[in-house]
Formats: sequence, structure tokens, C-alpha cells
Amino acid sequence: MSGRRLLLGNEAMARGLVENGCRMATSYPGTPASEILSAVAQFKLAEKLTMHVQWAVNEKIALEIAYAGCMTGLRTAVSMKQVGLNVASDPFMSAAYMGVKGGFILISADDPGPHSSQTEQDSRMVAMTAKVPVLDPDSPRQAKEMIGAAYALSEAFRTPVMLRPTTRVCHSRQDIELLPVAAAAGIEAKFDRDPARWAATPKFRHKLHLELEEKLAAIAAYAPTAPVRLNPEASARKAVVAAGVAAAHAREILQELGIWKKVALYQVRQPFPLHIAFIEHLLGAYRDILVLEETAGVIEMQLADRRRVKGKQSGTVPRVGELTPERIQALLGDFAGIRTRTVTVAGAPGRRPTLCAGCPHRASFFAIKKAAPRGIYTSDIGCYTLGMNLGAVDTVLCMGAAITQAAGFYHAFRRAKKPPDIVATIGDSTFFHAGIPALIDAVVQRVKFTLVILDNRTTGMTGNQPTPASGFGVCGEPLEAVDLESLVRGCGVTYCRTGDPYQLKDFIALTKEAVAHGRENGPAVLISRHPCILDRARKGERSAFVAVEVSDRCNGCGFCIKNFECPALIHHTEDKDHRRTTIDSALCAGCGVCLQVCPRGAFRTKKMR
Amino acid sequence: MTSSVRQQLLISGVGGQGVLFVTRLLAEAAIAKGLPVFTCETHGMAQRGGTVVSHLKVGDYHSPLVRAGQADGLLVLKSENLDQHSVFLKPGGWVVVNAGRNETVSVPGTAFALDADRLARDAGNAKSLNLIVLGYALSVSERMKTSRSRLFCTLADVEDVLKNSFKSKDTQAAAFLAAVKIGYSALTA
Repeated sequence: MSGRRLLLGNEAMARGLVENGCRMATSYPGTPASEILSAVAQFKLAEKLTMHVQWAVNEKIALEIAYAGCMTGLRTAVSMKQVGLNVASDPFMSAAYMGVKGGFILISADDPGPHSSQTEQDSRMVAMTAKVPVLDPDSPRQAKEMIGAAYALSEAFRTPVMLRPTTRVCHSRQDIELLPVAAAAGIEAKFDRDPARWAATPKFRHKLHLELEEKLAAIAAYAPTAPVRLNPEASARKAVVAAGVAAAHAREILQELGIWKKVALYQVRQPFPLHIAFIEHLLGAYRDILVLEETAGVIEMQLADRRRVKGKQSGTVPRVGELTPERIQALLGDFAGIRTRTVTVAGAPGRRPTLCAGCPHRASFFAIKKAAPRGIYTSDIGCYTLGMNLGAVDTVLCMGAAITQAAGFYHAFRRAKKPPDIVATIGDSTFFHAGIPALIDAVVQRVKFTLVILDNRTTGMTGNQPTPASGFGVCGEPLEAVDLESLVRGCGVTYCRTGDPYQLKDFIALTKEAVAHGRENGPAVLISRHPCILDRARKGERSAFVAVEVSDRCNGCGFCIKNFECPALIHHTEDKDHRRTTIDSALCAGCGVCLQVCPRGAFRTKKMR
Repeated sequence: MTSSVRQQLLISGVGGQGVLFVTRLLAEAAIAKGLPVFTCETHGMAQRGGTVVSHLKVGDYHSPLVRAGQADGLLVLKSENLDQHSVFLKPGGWVVVNAGRNETVSVPGTAFALDADRLARDAGNAKSLNLIVLGYALSVSERMKTSRSRLFCTLADVEDVLKNSFKSKDTQAAAFLAAVKIGYSALTA
């Protein structure tokens, strides 16, 4: 496999891993990082590589497995999205002290915008807290190159290294040269006992911390990752310092605005620790300095004397939202003292995302609202967050919090005259990820609530990765499957029922029963089981298509639009006397659930001609 | 190799319409012609029926995004997106848009409208509208007076990609090509 190929940024990083002899790669899916691990698996299969590739139950577990791998001298890597790093931060902080033997890379993908995340947090700040060096790629091509640089850096200083791409790196595609994969043979796993390092007590940790500080000082002088001057031909008193995609935008915009030779442009490849010699040069040589980086002022903060520095700290560069090329154009124009055409890309808000036509979650939410119409609905991270369009999601905090927030609400309302019904929804993958300790806690504390596990047999939002219940892994290899019902009962739950939300009438009855039990007796768990339609389509599976039509009974009341919110249902309200609902045949998935939704019974099975 | 080619395009639609597929097809066409290519896509939450936009830059570029006022052309699979995305068009640029017959399309450049939804339904595959719009763009491009405003690739290039770069079954490639050709011949029909 060689030659120029169109690679997604995430595929490019995966390719970098296999080209550099990575022997173990782990991950938990999360946008924008999800495709990294599946691409590693594809390269592994295509090139028959000896390596362990796996989806882990969560990011903490993924990191710990890959980290133990590097302790045996192998090159390993773990990838995740930025909020996943919060989950993995406990082992990450400690690993920084203990260091590595084989090269160890943590890829943490940030999401300035945010496009598909709860926060715009900057993983480079976490790297700073952990005292781990971090590299900041500007493109898929550079992200791939930085994998090699990161392994070299990791092994030179025996430290974990973070690679921090952003959405625009992960989800861009570029033509990229494929190099041969490194021969994986040669290095065998070997564990050298060293309890003073690998099991260090606080006394030894003090020593390890001293070592870590020495490493950081040396890394801040390490030539291969030093900032580069992109336009040595420019002679200027003004300098732009940029990192990541902002550097790519700045490079292009300075040329197009005709000010390429007016300001010096530096690209920082390693934002932390920032090279000491570079800081001295920058502050010594330039009258004005503009720092462009996403999303926090990490480079800027390391410039001790900021009197001549414009950036996020100074309030010049926006602290919130993506540094779009339009924003960068305006900033560079102002900085260079030229007039630029200001264009703002805001315009119309665009369409809100919605659950797919035929999504089983929609039926589950419909049933929950029927069963607990005035309830508090705590929910979680996944496609089903979109249940808020149906008014069936009141809270979303972080992975697993549907259950703990339900508990918090229960305790808060405990002395109320009429405590509200509390119904939590969580996906199957999210339940495995962070829901299990929360459910045990709810059982122990006798929390009176209902938990609906939306079991669509896959990790939906991120592209249908397997879950611990799937029985297969990232390469399609057979694995053990965990039984969800046994797991729920193992947490101490005594009331656990399973139903199919497509059988809406029965499922509503089941939900009402569960809510009644939860209200009176403590945790009631209802497993709503129906496979994700996208996942089935991807696998080439298809169930019988129920063709539905709208009969004359429809009076256009809009009940189905408001309470079922299927994108295949179109509400016509232009003519006030003739309101009606029709079905968009291009979008309809033929699930037939809407047949059971209309209070007037206006949906009916299409008659065959 | 025509390394002097520099073209910036936007492909806009809603989740499920196949924006990513069209982007991918054009990007593969660029690679097959030996041109550098850079695309940027919408994934995740926004793909669930929300607004989806891809940026495609062919030629020597560093940034993955097209700046407002810089796009040579727009392929718009959902006409309501024009409100949001026509700001990307450069003065004198072109827009190929999937719009109903009675819709009025106003853009800062030249607009070419086609009811791809109807053509797709008539052809028996409502989901092929993305390729019909692409085919239409390819034929519109051929009729443009200056070579600079034309698309960097032709129908023959797209045909090659469908046959070679996509590991799809032959029948699937043929169905894709048929949809592209419906759009391509819509102008003369």
C-alpha cells in the first residue's frame, strides 16, 4: 500500500501510527476523534500487522491499557475527544510523573466552535497541568508527520506526549503520501520491575516530580519541535505567532491580503512547553506580537512580558468560538494596519439536527412522555440528546449523569408534597461507559426513579462502533458479549423489564408500569431494545418497509409534528383552512411507528394498488 | 498536470442528502488528475438531519476552509441553505441549486436551478438527488465562457472515479453514474 491517497485527518493520524511501529492502539469513540481507531484497524487488517487494537469501555480504561503497553517497551497510543480526556485525566496526570519506556502518544481532539461537544475546552491546558509536552498540528498531513515526531520526543525524554488536533484537522481530507509500515517485529514486550517508579509512594513521587521538571526544561530547548519561521523573507517589526489550524489560515490569508512580507509569521508546533529561546527572541526582536491559537491562550500565557502581546489574554482575539478564517482575516488586517473587507458568516441559523426518521429513540421518548407527562427527564450524551426536540430531555451534563442527576433531583424533592416522577434516559454505550457506578449508587440510596436504557445495540452518534454487548471488536473479531439485563440485576436492581419501542402501544404500557414501580419502590429499569436503523443499513440489513399514508381524518392539528417530530412528517399550514400533515417519501424509513401516534388515527398502511 | 488550478467550492445540504459523498467524489477526481486537494466536512451531531456543509479546495492551499466571498462555485442540495451559504460566493461566482420550479433563487452570482428532488423521484431513487445536482453542475460548467470559471473536472473524470476509486460493486457504480447523467442531460432535456 503506497502512493497518494485521500485521507481524513483521523485516517492520516492512524496511518502515522502504523508507519511508526505502534503496537497497541485503544480508544473510546467521540466526535471528532472517532475515526482514528477504526482507521488503525483497517490498516492493521490490510497490512496484516501484529498489533492490539481495541475500543475500551471508556477513555480512562483505554488510556490505562495503552499506558501499560508502553511500560513494556512497545510503542502505543490512545485517542479520544477532549471531554473524554476529563474521564482519563486521573491516570494521565500520574503517568506524566512515572514516564514511559516505549513511546506513548495521547491524541486528544478538541472541538472549537463547538461543533459536536459540551465544551470548547483546550486539551493543551490539561497537558500543561499534567506537565506533558503537546504538539498542535495544522493539517492532516502535518498531523501524520507529528506522530513520528511525538514518538521520538516521547522516547527521548521518557514522557507521554499529547497530540492535540482540532475538528478542522480531524475532519479535513487531504491527498497524502503513504509510506511503508514499520516492521513491527524486533521489539518484544519486556517488563523491568521498578516499584520506585511504577508503584511510587509519595516520597518517590517527589523525586519523580523533580525529574519531570528537568525533562520539561530540556524539552523547552528540544530543536526538532521548535517554532518555525514560515516567511524568512519578510523583514518586519511585527510578528504573528500561530498554532494549529489558525497557522494554516494565517499563512494563506497573509499571502492573499498581500502582506506576506509585512509581518513575520511563526508557527508554534509545540505550544507547551514553549521553547525558551523562542520566547526570548520574540520579545526581543518585535515591537508588536499577535498570537492566534485555539481555544485558550496557552502560548500567550507563556510569554511572561505581555505588554506588546495581543491575543486572548489582552482581549484582542475572541476567547469563545472557532477562529474562523473570516475572524483571522479581520485580526491580521487590523494588526498589519490595512483595511480588509469584513464579512461575517452568521446568517440563518440553519436546520437543527434531529433523530433520524425511523429512530427507535423517538418511540421511546413518545412513550416516556405518555407515562410521566409532568416528569423531570434527565438524559445523557448521545444521539438521544436530540430528544429535547420532543420535549423529553430536560438535562444533559456529561457521560453517565442521567442517573446521578436523577438521584440528585430525587433527594432534592424528597420532602416535597408531590414529588415529580423522574425518568432518566441513557444509551447502551453510555451506560457501560459511566452509568454502572451511578446505578449502584442509586440502588444503595433507594432512589425512586425510572431508568430507560435506550439499547440500540451500538454506539450510534459517533458512527456505529460496537459496545461491550456486541460480541465483536473494532476489526470485526469475535469477543465476549456482556448481557445488559444481567449487568443491571448485578448492580442490585430488582425491577428490570425489556421491550421493543416499535411496538408502541405495548411499550407505552410497559413504560407506565415501570414509572409506577420506580415512583413507589426505588430504581426501576426499562431496557428499550431496538437496533439503530443507521447501523442496520450499514450492515446491509433491512426490516419490512411499512408504507404509510395520511387519510382524510387528518385535520392538521400538528399533534404528530409536536410530539413525534419525525423529519419525514411535513406540516402544511400555509392555508389556514386546509392544514394537514403529509409524508416525505424520500425521508420515510418505513418504521410504521407513526401508525400508533395520531390520536385521530389518520395514519394508515398504504393500500397496495 | 495542471498545477496552476486553484478552485474553491462549497457543497451544502442537510444531513442524509449525501453532501459528503459528492465532496468525496470531487476530491477523488482531483487526486486522479494529479491535483492537490483539501476538504473539510461536517460530522457528528450536525449530521443528524441538520445543516451540512463541505469545503473543497483544489490546488495549492494551506487552510481547509473557504473564506466568505472566496468560493468560485456553490453546489446547494437544499435551496433554503442559500440564506446561510451564499455569503461564501465570490462576486461573479456560480451557484448550482436544487430548487422547485416555483422557487425564486437570488444569489450574488449566476444561479442555475434544477428540481433534482423531482428528477430523483421520477428515476425511482429519491436519494440520488446529490448526484443529479453534481451532474447538472458538470454540464453547466461546460457551457461557461471562461475556462477559469469551469469546474476543475468533467463528466469523464467523475465517471473514471466511480469506476476506479470507489470499491463499490459494479452495479452500484453504474447506478451512481446513471444518476449523474440524469443531471448532466437535464439542461438539454
